[in-house]
Amino acid sequence: MVKSRRDFIKISALSSAGLFVGNQVVKAAASAADSEKQNSDYKLPSDLKRTPTYCEVCFWKCAGWVHKDEDGQIKKITGNDLDPNSNGRFCPRGTGGVGMYYDEDRLKYPLIRTEERGKQTFRRASWDEAFQYIADKMAKIKEEHGPEATALFTHGSGGKYFTNLMKGFGSANVAAPSYAQCRGPREVAFIATYGQGINSPENTDIRDTRCMVLIGSHIGENMHNGHVQEMSDAIDKGATIITVDPRFSTAASKSKYWLPIKPATDIALLLAWIHVIINEDLYDKKYIEQYAYGFDQLKAHVQNMTPEWAYGITTIKPDVIRKTAREMAKAAPATIVHPGRHVTWYGDDTQRLRAVAILNALLGSWGRRGGFYMPDKKSVPHAKLPPFPKPEFTWRDAMDGKYQLADLALANGMCDATIPTSAMSRSIKGWIVNGTNLIETLPDRRKTLAAIQNLDLMVVVDTMPMEITGWADVVLPECTYLERYDSIRDSQHREPTIALRMPAAQPKYESRSAWWMAKNLSRYMGLEQYFPFDTIEEELDHELKQMGTSLAEMQQVGVKKWKRAYDDIYFKDGEAVEFFTNTGKIELYSTSLAEGGFDPMPTYTAHPEPPQGYYRLIYGRAPMHTFTRTANNPNLTDLMSENAVWVNPKVAGEWGLKNGQEVYLQNQDSVVSSFPVKVRVTERIRWDSVYIVHGFGHANKKLSRAFGRGASDAELITNVMVDPIMGGTGMRGNFVTFRFTKGEEA
Amino acid sequence: MRYAMAVDSKKCVGCSDCVVACQTENNVPIGYARDWVREINHGIYPELHTELRSERCNHCDNAPCVRSCPTGASHYAEGGIVKVAEEKCIGCSACIISCPYDARYIHPKGYVDKCTFCDHRVKDGEDPACVAVCPTKCLYFGDLDDPNSEMSTLLRVRKYKTLIPEAGTDPQLYILV
Repeated sequence: MVKSRRDFIKISALSSAGLFVGNQVVKAAASAADSEKQNSDYKLPSDLKRTPTYCEVCFWKCAGWVHKDEDGQIKKITGNDLDPNSNGRFCPRGTGGVGMYYDEDRLKYPLIRTEERGKQTFRRASWDEAFQYIADKMAKIKEEHGPEATALFTHGSGGKYFTNLMKGFGSANVAAPSYAQCRGPREVAFIATYGQGINSPENTDIRDTRCMVLIGSHIGENMHNGHVQEMSDAIDKGATIITVDPRFSTAASKSKYWLPIKPATDIALLLAWIHVIINEDLYDKKYIEQYAYGFDQLKAHVQNMTPEWAYGITTIKPDVIRKTAREMAKAAPATIVHPGRHVTWYGDDTQRLRAVAILNALLGSWGRRGGFYMPDKKSVPHAKLPPFPKPEFTWRDAMDGKYQLADLALANGMCDATIPTSAMSRSIKGWIVNGTNLIETLPDRRKTLAAIQNLDLMVVVDTMPMEITGWADVVLPECTYLERYDSIRDSQHREPTIALRMPAAQPKYESRSAWWMAKNLSRYMGLEQYFPFDTIEEELDHELKQMGTSLAEMQQVGVKKWKRAYDDIYFKDGEAVEFFTNTGKIELYSTSLAEGGFDPMPTYTAHPEPPQGYYRLIYGRAPMHTFTRTANNPNLTDLMSENAVWVNPKVAGEWGLKNGQEVYLQNQDSVVSSFPVKVRVTERIRWDSVYIVHGFGHANKKLSRAFGRGASDAELITNVMVDPIMGGTGMRGNFVTFRFTKGEEA
Repeated sequence: MRYAMAVDSKKCVGCSDCVVACQTENNVPIGYARDWVREINHGIYPELHTELRSERCNHCDNAPCVRSCPTGASHYAEGGIVKVAEEKCIGCSACIISCPYDARYIHPKGYVDKCTFCDHRVKDGEDPACVAVCPTKCLYFGDLDDPNSEMSTLLRVRKYKTLIPEAGTDPQLYILV
């Protein structure tokens, strides 16, 4: 066996490392003081009792206020009333965001991998040393493999600055796992249908809807703040909610109809609904005639896809399929068939989301009140940078011409492009990983680890010691969002808004912001020209002045709202609308998919089912946690400290499982969970599936509250069903069984 | 003045935002809580019913905790809010044992602590922290002596229940069903 180039290092090894690098500590401290003089990105205006921020605990980016107590300590965070994402109300994670700042397990100092007495460990380094190390390694990669052989994985607000650094260096390999591991298929499907993606926050007009259909989307457990609020408003106003889920989710418990579907059969249900809406003449004829392309082909396509046909596949009774289709049509166009967010399930996800898009078109809900509004956004004018070098190679070259319809980079594609194959002349040799725990984020961990072993350099930028941190060559401690400025939030909504994040406190320990790191790295890498501002305050003020405001004003208000440029939030009756598709119409029949050699209209394909004694592994969210990043947050672990595996009482009876009993999960590829997980016996889950909340089962001991708590779904996702259209990684084709001990089968 | 709270179980998603907002507002130490969320399930798949609701002190009109307190620390404050005078509390736990709702705990500093309806906010015209933060707006707070308050209106137009009414405590936390 070849000795791996890189062993997993528990950051706890550091406590001893600190002992034998005595003078290093002094040097690091001195250097940090120098840096403070040069960079004032955490200078605080002292006269503010509350400071504006936008939340970084999830991607919803709610704007709010950080309040301090009499001693000047961060006390609580509340919402900003002007903010349409939060309407002045933060979710539990945003309210508990204070825990990110106070978490004593945070990354504190830059670290560099070293070998001591034959054992790999981290040593504490100064920032200057860490930057020099990275710059040297990057230069070597550039010399040996070209600048294109580097990649940035990023999730979160600091990504913009590392992106500029990467592009300036000469690499276009920049990806967020939020695309191919999450919402990518949805974007591709809606672009194929309407010439426009959904983006974030989703343009679903839930506030005014009269009927909302949720397919596997569990609003209320996924705490997409504005949507949770609007669903509640819709419930108040008597809207009909239809939930399709093998699990009796919180949303299902609020629904008029719950369709406990057999997992992996959603496309059959969607096609049957389309069949009913067309054959019972329930579709919006005027809308379809004026805006849609390919209705006749669609009608012919679904003729055999009757509710009776779908019953045999989905286990949903034909009369329920008909009744729910009629409910949707009755409320149309104020009906939303919600596109969901995490949609990478079975590898035919783009086609499933196409069916969702088509159904919405038949109901005439796109561009209509209570359906989908047309979002507006005010883009922040960034300073013009010198042109980036043109890369000769990107991750796409490793894809063999596949996934051309992916409109953003694939994180898994970049991972693949890091593993050399005989077909590829070049592979990626350097990664910067910012704010994403790739070990838990990318499916098929063996592949991720194989890619990591092929790297000459891996830099991890994070606030917490995550699993990915243990594989890094250099660890850079990022300060939390409560201790830094960041790029202006300019997300879409009914009206355009921007929001400011500014520091409420000095960065703890030696942690620093992404802006500061990228700026300083640029000096070591000779890329200063891409960072024209001396401080982030200057950069933000420059951008804000061009928008007619200023940093000083934003520090007082936090959120600024503009009126829409045009009165075009909904289509007016009979208004001519041009869609950005090949035909200029809403494509029920997709010409772009046909050109790419894919089915122009969605079809149902059967997916593998769990073998005897195995159950489909379904995962989802709890309202008090985000991904793996909150699992150690003291405030949020207080609300939920571990996940449990939901097991139907029939299954529990067969296995003799009791509530609260600990079991290990083993998947179809014989991968056993690293830690046991408690059983929750509940009627709320189908007998052919089990359910766990994502983000638990942490293996890094330095996470004192999260280590070994519960099971990691990511670890058990070794079967990946790749979407042939855009490369998304379908993760719901994994089956697990129970083991009473780690060593032997139950 | 008769303060009361209502929880709309049709809207509550059990997110526990009320819990963490209370903790940060009132400096409730981590590991303790003045409010909490309950999930009650009935039925057999697929005929199921789940009720989620945020709970806290019921600020009873006939509060066993006030009756059982030997020092007078537990008392009725303005608007019927049941409070603990920390300086009078000896931490004997009589109130904790007498409370049918398990709404009290002993603070690490030695006194009994519980929900105050955030009276420090209410006196400034603000809602309690849990009500102000709730993303589903399922929590309501107001004055039942004012027939025109939202609280009074809600109890006129909506079906509701109270918790453990058989205990005879006359609780002032109403669960809208």
